[in-house]
Amino acid sequence: MIKNKSSESKTLQGSIAIAETICSLEPGVIGAYPITPQTHIVEHLAKLTEEGLLKGKYIIADSEFSAASILFGAAAAGVRSYSASSSQGLLLMTEVIFNMAGTRLPGVFSAVNRSLSPPINIQVDHQDSMTLRDSGVIQLYVENIQEAVDTHIQIYKVAEDPEVLLPAMVCMDGWIISHAYEPVTLWQKELVQDFVGTFDPPYKVDPLKPLTYGALADDDKITEFKCMTDQALRKSADKITETAEQFRDLFGNYYGGLVEKYKTEDAEIVFVAMGSIVATLKVAIDMLRKKGRKVGLLKIRSFRPFPVNAIKEVLRETNLAIVIDRSFSNSAGGILGTEIKASLYGSNKPFVINYIAGIGGREIYPQTAFDMLKEADEMLEKGKIPSEAIFYNLNMQMMGG
Amino acid sequence: MKEEPRDNYLASGHNACPGCGVSIAVRLILRASGNNVVVVSPTGCLETFTSPYGMSAWEVPWVHSLFENAPAVASGIRAALDYQGNKDTQVMVIGGDGATYDIGLGSLSGMLERNQNILYICYDNEAYMNTGIQRSSATPLGASTTTTPATASSYGEKLQKKDMIGIANSHNIEYVATATIAYPQDLMRKIKTGLSVNGAAYLHMLTPCPLGWGFESDETIAMSRLSVQTGFFPLVEYENGELIRVKKIIDLKPVNNYLRAQRRFKHLTTDENQDIKDKVCQVVRRNIKKYGLQENSNNDY
Repeated sequence: MIKNKSSESKTLQGSIAIAETICSLEPGVIGAYPITPQTHIVEHLAKLTEEGLLKGKYIIADSEFSAASILFGAAAAGVRSYSASSSQGLLLMTEVIFNMAGTRLPGVFSAVNRSLSPPINIQVDHQDSMTLRDSGVIQLYVENIQEAVDTHIQIYKVAEDPEVLLPAMVCMDGWIISHAYEPVTLWQKELVQDFVGTFDPPYKVDPLKPLTYGALADDDKITEFKCMTDQALRKSADKITETAEQFRDLFGNYYGGLVEKYKTEDAEIVFVAMGSIVATLKVAIDMLRKKGRKVGLLKIRSFRPFPVNAIKEVLRETNLAIVIDRSFSNSAGGILGTEIKASLYGSNKPFVINYIAGIGGREIYPQTAFDMLKEADEMLEKGKIPSEAIFYNLNMQMMGG
Repeated sequence: MKEEPRDNYLASGHNACPGCGVSIAVRLILRASGNNVVVVSPTGCLETFTSPYGMSAWEVPWVHSLFENAPAVASGIRAALDYQGNKDTQVMVIGGDGATYDIGLGSLSGMLERNQNILYICYDNEAYMNTGIQRSSATPLGASTTTTPATASSYGEKLQKKDMIGIANSHNIEYVATATIAYPQDLMRKIKTGLSVNGAAYLHMLTPCPLGWGFESDETIAMSRLSVQTGFFPLVEYENGELIRVKKIIDLKPVNNYLRAQRRFKHLTTDENQDIKDKVCQVVRRNIKKYGLQENSNNDY
């Protein structure tokens, strides 16, 4: 473990810490476009570029759609690339992100999570990045600023691995992570670069060896191409796990690989969540444990690839899983909740209660977890576990009911 | 023994329709550019007929991503090559009028404004030919397409063709020009000029489409020539927004010759549509006046 002396620890805003980290990763091309709450990242990268500290080409795009397309081009030419966006911007990038995954071109995005319109709202939920779940993008959700910093470093190594070659996203909650100030260790550039290595793809645009990118494939070939993208994303699961462990060995920080298990060993009830509310829930778990409740927490760090085996391993040992979703698929329930239930198919344990909460920045406190647990206790007692997701704490007057 | 340089980087055997103006144009473009080049194409005819998996016709690096992002992809490639210190490899976009005038216009505007060293070439066949001849904002007034059909009670496209040359020039770029395949030396010279400028350049190229316009497949070059000789498609060149060269028409042909030769305009030659035909003729007259196209014109550039 290095805890290198020249790596510095100071109190920084999340966005600034990310921009400084991106600078140490030295992307050759950055596609920049503003959107709240991501904007501080691209602003700080612009400043670092003007100061000569960032050597890459800082390309100001005409939209998020073009920003992502600039990454597509950079990756095709074999150069490391970066962009950041939020909310509507991520949706505007969606077509390109599918295209990058299918063309097997890696690039890293900070997805600074924010609610989708309408109604327009600039606060956090996960609906934006979760809507990209079918694209082939790697998505790691983080809990705090330090994890966001460390995960950006890890995710480049995963995305650019010749066996993976996929676009990748660090999903970090808007405001709570992007705008908060926390003490954070920024790692020395040489250490970061040694860890990640250089981007050296097996194929790239080269006039001496002309290749065709983006060919047309009919029904006789397309399923195989789609399946290869699926396999690459599955393969990235091993790389995420390995990379997190290598990072722990070198830098000392570890947040789990695909998931983090928090006090789950003997837990009868396990909360499942992603993003910054994980930190809140850990506090709630500790408080509940003090009162003698056997509760734990499963943090989903990697939503794509989806960690089916890790979920099964933890949740099959418990009686009840309470899944808190900050996104949902209209008429089908919470997205995480639905996938958790699917991965438990065939096993008679646990019961699953799926709450949709924290939408558009609505706060989740430790008390929220206590209230959910109380409600769950009652449901268990009555033996009535709803199969459908529950919108938590709706204002029934506003709903007209 | 010294090997002769190859001059054809678009392999034969691709899937273009017989008489396709685009395939002729691309051969000329690549002959002029040489092979130290990366070509980016949006979705469209060219993409479809050159790139079935395992049967690519491209003998230069070629990148297709989506319909509306080729200029931004080219920006990323250019930035990456610059970052690698590669100033010699040229980047060109070759995209159709749908991608250029309509769905990709925002992306193109961003690329032209950034003024990176990229040559954007629009191959204009004046409608969405790949999807079955639907109108685009490049479709000329009066043309019948599948979404602006000429019927007993309609005369086809009701709107004027968008002025892409004006749009390109408004981005303060160094070089903007038009070309068409009936004048191959002119076309190749303009490609070379476009590639030689240190910044973004825009080349607009008319590529007649036998299927979409409705003429025989051996008439493509004739149709291209007629578009110039009637004043429909002026061959012009701008440097830093200034008109520097115009191809004069020695023997101006009647507009009717062009309209009669194409199925998309056939309905304009009937008496009921005389007023629309007059409007089409006005467009041509404006071109002749604006650019001083006639040999004996007083406007000399």
